[in-house]
Amino acid sequence: METSSRLVGSMETPRALVLKAPGTNCDLETAFALELAGASTDLVHVGRLVERAVSLRDYQIFVVPGGFSYGDDLGSGKVFANEIELRLHDELAAFVDRGGLVLGICNGFQILVRAGLLPRPSAGQRVSLLPNESGRFECRWVHMRVVDGNPCIFTRGIEHLELAVAHGEGRLLVPPDVEGDIIPVLHYTDPGGRRAGYPHNPNGSYMDIAGLTDPSGRILGLMPHPERFVRSLQHPGWTASVEASGDGQGLAVFLNAVRYARRLA
Amino acid sequence: MAHRIEVGLRPGLADPREDAVAAGIRDLGIGTIDCVRVADVYWLDAELSPVQLDALCSRLLSDPVSQQCRYDGGHVRGAEPFLHALEVTYNRGVTDPLEYTILKGITDLGISKVGRARSGVRYVLYGHAEPGELDLITTRLLLNPIVHHVVQQGEDIFPIEPRYEFVLRHIPMRGLGATQLMDLAAPFGFFPSEIEAIQSHFTALGREPTDIELETLAQTWSEHCVHKTFKARIHVDGETIDDLLHSTIMKATNALNKEWCLSVFKDNAGVIDFDGLHAICFKVETHNHPSAVEPYGGAATGLGGVVRDVLGTGLGARPILNTDVFCFAPPETDYKSLPPGILHPRRVFKGVRAGVADYGNRLGIPTLNGAIRFDERYLGNPLVFCGTAGIMPGWAAQQGLQQPGDLVVLVGGKTGRDGIHGVTFASEKLDEQSASRSRSAVQIGNPIVEKKMIDVLVQARDRHLYRRTTDCGGGGLSSAVGEMGADTGVRVHLDRVPLKYSGLSYDEIWISESQERMILAVPPECVSELLQLCESETVEATVIGEFADNRHLELFYDGVPVGDLRMDFLHDGRPQLELTATRPAPRAPQADPDAASSLGEALEAILSSLNVCSKEWVIRQYDHEVQGSSVLKPLVGVDADGPGDAAVIRPLLDSDRGVAVSNGINTLFGDTDAYWMAASAIDEALRQIVAVGGTLDRVALLDNFCWGRVSEPESLWALVQACRACHDMSLAFDAPFISGKDSLNNFAEIEGQSISIPHTLLVSAIAVVPDVRTLVSMDLKSHGDLLFVVGNTYSELAGSEYCEYLGASGRDIPRVRPDMARQLMLALSRAITAGHVKACHDLSEGGLGVAAAEMAFAGHLGASIRLADVPMGEPVSRDDIILFSESNSRFLVEVPAERAADFSRLFDGLPCQNVGSVEQGKALQVIGLDGNVTLDCGIEDLRAAWKRPLDW
Repeated sequence: METSSRLVGSMETPRALVLKAPGTNCDLETAFALELAGASTDLVHVGRLVERAVSLRDYQIFVVPGGFSYGDDLGSGKVFANEIELRLHDELAAFVDRGGLVLGICNGFQILVRAGLLPRPSAGQRVSLLPNESGRFECRWVHMRVVDGNPCIFTRGIEHLELAVAHGEGRLLVPPDVEGDIIPVLHYTDPGGRRAGYPHNPNGSYMDIAGLTDPSGRILGLMPHPERFVRSLQHPGWTASVEASGDGQGLAVFLNAVRYARRLA
Repeated sequence: MAHRIEVGLRPGLADPREDAVAAGIRDLGIGTIDCVRVADVYWLDAELSPVQLDALCSRLLSDPVSQQCRYDGGHVRGAEPFLHALEVTYNRGVTDPLEYTILKGITDLGISKVGRARSGVRYVLYGHAEPGELDLITTRLLLNPIVHHVVQQGEDIFPIEPRYEFVLRHIPMRGLGATQLMDLAAPFGFFPSEIEAIQSHFTALGREPTDIELETLAQTWSEHCVHKTFKARIHVDGETIDDLLHSTIMKATNALNKEWCLSVFKDNAGVIDFDGLHAICFKVETHNHPSAVEPYGGAATGLGGVVRDVLGTGLGARPILNTDVFCFAPPETDYKSLPPGILHPRRVFKGVRAGVADYGNRLGIPTLNGAIRFDERYLGNPLVFCGTAGIMPGWAAQQGLQQPGDLVVLVGGKTGRDGIHGVTFASEKLDEQSASRSRSAVQIGNPIVEKKMIDVLVQARDRHLYRRTTDCGGGGLSSAVGEMGADTGVRVHLDRVPLKYSGLSYDEIWISESQERMILAVPPECVSELLQLCESETVEATVIGEFADNRHLELFYDGVPVGDLRMDFLHDGRPQLELTATRPAPRAPQADPDAASSLGEALEAILSSLNVCSKEWVIRQYDHEVQGSSVLKPLVGVDADGPGDAAVIRPLLDSDRGVAVSNGINTLFGDTDAYWMAASAIDEALRQIVAVGGTLDRVALLDNFCWGRVSEPESLWALVQACRACHDMSLAFDAPFISGKDSLNNFAEIEGQSISIPHTLLVSAIAVVPDVRTLVSMDLKSHGDLLFVVGNTYSELAGSEYCEYLGASGRDIPRVRPDMARQLMLALSRAITAGHVKACHDLSEGGLGVAAAEMAFAGHLGASIRLADVPMGEPVSRDDIILFSESNSRFLVEVPAERAADFSRLFDGLPCQNVGSVEQGKALQVIGLDGNVTLDCGIEDLRAAWKRPLDW
């Protein structure tokens, strides 16, 4: 990664693995956000994990970043989800059982859903993310409210988030028999914090849901991109405010992960 | 046998894709189709058991929650009695972009015996339509015969590919007379002087050329590859210009001799220093002809090509930003008036947009800036400019040099018949037959193959596994290897090139323009590490030859020599063209039109003109946030819907040093004067950089000429004038050009009429911003702040949107007074950096009126402006001219009252006046020269007018 200096992790700092596949494209900024939050982070190609050159045992945080894995050719995240489920199932299940944190952002959320890790680790896929109701790829900033009392580690202490979305398939579909099993973490709202329709909900998602967690709170999947808002001047409105040097709201998600994972390291 | 699998959404779920097709049918003027159903179809070439097919259906090809799937008969969606049903798939020889992923997914499932896969789409229509209308829907909307066809009953989806029987072909030419020689030259596109030089060369060698030798010369000497018009001797205005490019644009760059320009006009992109440790490269390319016949594929591969330019610059740069500019005919063009063989502009627009978005979004490169121009003369000849900037370590900025014995490694995609003769097609006129003639010239891209290649090459670069790289673009291997080997010599074994399918002849392999391929010069001791790295990330890499020391290009097939060209003849043997440019008769003097009856109505109409209106529909479908780098985005303001000026990124996530990018283009000025059109484009690109707070300290320019028929002396004269303007303005603004591109002969012969595009020059600027935290956006920030106009307004209405609105031509077109312009820009940069400015917008199409309206509605604030206080370069007594003149080098600036004195001091002796203030009331109010309110419009009305036309 080209940076003007390298942030170096120590033995005490938690370790994060950012998984790459052909078509992953949010890996560098995701790794940067994790390092900024204090995790020592490796970008690892899925091939390294499959051939056991790298082991999840050495990590406390596992992130599937955004992108178009395998082009999203047969549905967003489909092929990569199969690869994870078929080739990494046991290793990932052990990682989750050990208490590791799993974060899926955008394409990563689609992959966690299709690989059966959300709404809770189970055999097979139970909910889905469909093409946006608008029929278009949508790149815009959205407001979200964190659901009160949800168990998610990543959103502890956060009430509101404003982040960018950029996706064509983010419409959560929950079959009636699964409605009781999902744990929403984030709802799209208007700037005033009220649930509202398009474009505030950019994709037509079920119940305006932007992200889901599992009952343990250690797995989070969300469509918006916290890694794209770790500095205040990544926000579209920064030129209207005085402060250009502060943190962005998305950083809190990674700080929460690192704080929790420090206990595991 | 082939299995057929059909996948569709479960009943009751809405499919936006079906709605889009239905809307497209209504766009065609057919209102009797009630409903459309769409399903995906896959064919697999294998014998599979029902258990295997069930596994494929449920685990790979469909989403178990939302879709249903059936194999070998039966339909999943649209099974009810229908009006018409058809299945569309790719033509033979055209790459099916899904095949690789399908096969990979099948292998992951443990099923290994599927050799080939195909994808298609099934459309089912309900309602009523005449047979002619069904035909229209099929050919105008559902498929493009260049790449698709309707699957016929009993069609063999997987025909056996023919085997290729190698036969070496010579082309006898030594004894030919002039007429026969020209007949021979025509299919290769050689000029008479060129084919004569080739004849003499082979006569002296005492042998006939092989077909591949002539093909190599045709590719290397094509306008696309060698820019022979720009390098010609041109007789003009009583003087002779020896090499237009060197005598104008490059001459200025050489004179400016900037130490921060690291590589100019010699590599795939121009390179400038970023921070002493990193370098930034920038290139804008065109992909016009392919986009005219297949908008989606043509535009996608255009973007893929310019990204590879950046990847192939120096030792390789990582792409960090895209910018796209399109020129189309108006989308309202009547379908019935469309000449045969011409795609409707709405379809071209939608296809180009989708092609660029799908490719760019998948590569993960933010698309941050762009423009769309509309003019009827782009009907048969749309223009698609794709630009990419990249970043690399400083040590990788220079083009490498291979050593004899280094291996030629081909990396990336396999080679097929895609794009054969693309470069000669690129500079040909388009006519009704182009669509069928260019069948093999159309390429379909696969962005994931390119993305994997980028990821691997950046790692290989940092491990120093190769000495040099370049991309395979126009001309394919022939251009890439031929150019790279020029310094040493090279031997290539064409039978080693990995193929998509059998049946390609040796010369087809050599000139194929299959996408996503790069060439590396790899030291023998590094080759195993490189191949291993590629294999570990599933990137194809093959040694296809080696560099030599004899300065020959030697080609082999199955060990048999098929071509041997001396590098000095290949690269220096082309006779220079001799051309004449003629100044056209002076334009008859024109008068300015009478003033519009209502300036408010005129302003709303101009905001609603296609060239000015919001492009949000396009912008939001591009990811401009990926990489987390964007600082000034394409849409700014309270609701992020105002039109930003330059876009700015921070390419290094832990640094606040930035890169600003902008574009200047105005085709209406070119009809009057190509010199001032070019000067205006440069001024526009630079003032957008300055408007956000960038500086002229380190700003570099790219030229991109798209011209009509340059064999016409008057058209060539306009080209020369534009080049002269580039030279003059580059020197005056102290801003060097670092790279460029030209696409000539953009004219269409339709029903006996020759339609040339307007002279089109795109100037793109890139600037280094020392600290992005000092930048400003264009939306008004606080009521009570003062508004200043910087720069003189002249009575310059010709080519303006106001004249377009009035259907009139104006008297004078905008000129550039570069010395004044530069002083204004320097002062404004200082003022913004010092923190005196809260918002700034440049004045361009629609002049002061449009700029004020855009700033107001983007900031949810009102504004009041006194025309009497606007600084004037000459006496002007009309409100409408002050409001809508498009004079260059002007800005509207918001300054807090307490900063006004400090701000004004920086403009001492320069035209800069307080003209009004930011108001809390949500209206734009203009006080005319007579002191009365001459315009009073609500900002929500102005916003609505601006958003309406392209709110698709």
